[in-house]
Amino acid sequence: MSRHYTQDHEWIEVAGDGATVGITAYAAGQLGDVVFVDVPDAGREVAKGDEAAVVESVKAASDVYAPVSGSITEGNAALADEPALVNSDPEGEGWFFKLRLTHPSELEGLMDKAAYKDFVATL
Amino acid sequence: MNAINQSGWKPEMQPAGEGAAPATHTGNRALMLGEPLIFEIGDSATTGVDLAEVPAGENRLAGLARTAPIGLPGLSEPETVRHYTRLSRQNYAIDLGLFPLGSCTMKHNPRLNEKVARLPGFADVHPLQPVDTVQGALAVINELAFWLIDLTGMHGVAMSPKAGAHGELCGILCIKAALEARGEHDRRVILVPESAHGTNPATAAFAGFKVEDIPATPEGRVDLGALKARLGPDVAGVMITNPNTCGLFERDMKAISDAVHAAGGYVYCDGANFNAIVGRVRPGDLGIDAMHINLHKTFSTPHGGGGPGSGPVVLSKALSPYGPLPFTERHADGHITLVEEETVGDRHPDSFGRMTAFHGQMGMFTRALAYILSHGADGLRQVAEDAVLNANYVLRSLADTLDAPFADSGPCMHEALFSDAGLAEGFSTLDIAKGLIDEGYHPMTVYFPLVVHGAMLVEPTETESKAALDQFIGAVKAVAARAKAGDASLKSAPHFAPRRRLDETLAARKPVLAWQEPAA
Repeated sequence: MSRHYTQDHEWIEVAGDGATVGITAYAAGQLGDVVFVDVPDAGREVAKGDEAAVVESVKAASDVYAPVSGSITEGNAALADEPALVNSDPEGEGWFFKLRLTHPSELEGLMDKAAYKDFVATL
Repeated sequence: MNAINQSGWKPEMQPAGEGAAPATHTGNRALMLGEPLIFEIGDSATTGVDLAEVPAGENRLAGLARTAPIGLPGLSEPETVRHYTRLSRQNYAIDLGLFPLGSCTMKHNPRLNEKVARLPGFADVHPLQPVDTVQGALAVINELAFWLIDLTGMHGVAMSPKAGAHGELCGILCIKAALEARGEHDRRVILVPESAHGTNPATAAFAGFKVEDIPATPEGRVDLGALKARLGPDVAGVMITNPNTCGLFERDMKAISDAVHAAGGYVYCDGANFNAIVGRVRPGDLGIDAMHINLHKTFSTPHGGGGPGSGPVVLSKALSPYGPLPFTERHADGHITLVEEETVGDRHPDSFGRMTAFHGQMGMFTRALAYILSHGADGLRQVAEDAVLNANYVLRSLADTLDAPFADSGPCMHEALFSDAGLAEGFSTLDIAKGLIDEGYHPMTVYFPLVVHGAMLVEPTETESKAALDQFIGAVKAVAARAKAGDASLKSAPHFAPRRRLDETLAARKPVLAWQEPAA
């Protein structure tokens, strides 16, 4: 298991050729209270950087991008009824979708936790 | 059935203690009336109108006849009129005070416009009347079209789009038609800078294009280098808001247009902020191919609940052949006809089609032309100058109070932009907005544009006097001082509005959109 971060504030937790994706605690904090999340359906193919999900807060609506290419295996159905999970547990229960990696080498361009922390400090 | 004025609205305007005002029997405070829902005033057992019994007989509704009561409250005409009039008194309007809503020019709607629009020859015409009987109305459309072309330095205009976003769609459909006519079907990308209006990417996506962002420079303008680097054979064009949402004029506009044209694309300009440059800058001189003009902003026609929008689109010579039908045509003898599908012949063969059933927002055309003619070219120029002067007065007056991230990028245009930097821990832009309600102002635009943290966007317009601006600036300073000092009472503002601070999160997550009959 390894966790990586993007400059667009997504996290991706990889286990084997599967991965779970969500937005970081920093992103959730910036968005404020999340009121709506649109997650992708299983079976959808996404390329690295594609818009994969939408998150809407009282302040703004944002796209969530696929950190790597893959095939969506599951969207987090719990977010439909309880978008607040994105605020209460962004890097856990508030995950957005799971996917099967098709280009695992793309992970190499992402940040680790320490690098992401440094990145956020510059914002 | 409840008595009227029992909604529980009891503004706590009087402190308790010696000299405190007594409670009133109704809960009202003099002429400040609370107002319940219309369902709470009337009930479905009463009726305001006595209708004859429907004669028995077979209906022809094929089983769709309603079987349960409809559940609408029965109110008399005066009860209904009073309900909505009382509600309207709780509204905030440009006729009541300064409206600092940036990105959405809200300025005085001159009464002369209203007088003209109510002339029977304009007010009581029907779009299907024979054109010989509506020559005056058609002359208004034609004259306004020429003014818009003249003020923008463009080649043609489509008058029919009904509002800004509708105009954007019209312009983008012209670009699409032009690309198809060139056989360039691979141009699928529209570039949209961060400093553009939110409707721009929505319009491009709706028209079937892929949207890509172009970053802003630290000074709040389009990053010309990044834009140039992205241009290529897959780019259909760009959508740029100028002046942009940071309140800044895009100085590189001509260079942007030249680069886009050289790469085979078109330039769409969001003209919602035209108020700042009307009479000073002609977008046609900047290489723009299409731009909508919000008559309900720049040309003072009422909007925001007071009237419909109207978004004519001016077009360059390259895009004019693709503009929609219908349009007016003035003949040598002064007679004006409408060019529509039946009459167009082969004169306008490349039109992409039609945006609306009829000719556009006639009532807005008369008001906009009245505004233009009463100001004249020099007056319109002064409109832009005064709007920019007022915005800069607000920006500089508040520079010591609020963080102004682009204050060093030169003078602002019609909007002054601030961020939430410097407020006390736990205090936000939202608290400033709510505090302004207590001060008697509609809040400014908040949390937009997204490029600024906790953005507050103020557009005073040319309408306001220095005294009105000074009072508003004083109110912002007072509220900001409370936010900087960590005044806890600001967190629960507004205190004096009909409703206290609403739970926006709960309202968005679990909206209650329909009245429910309370359990008996």
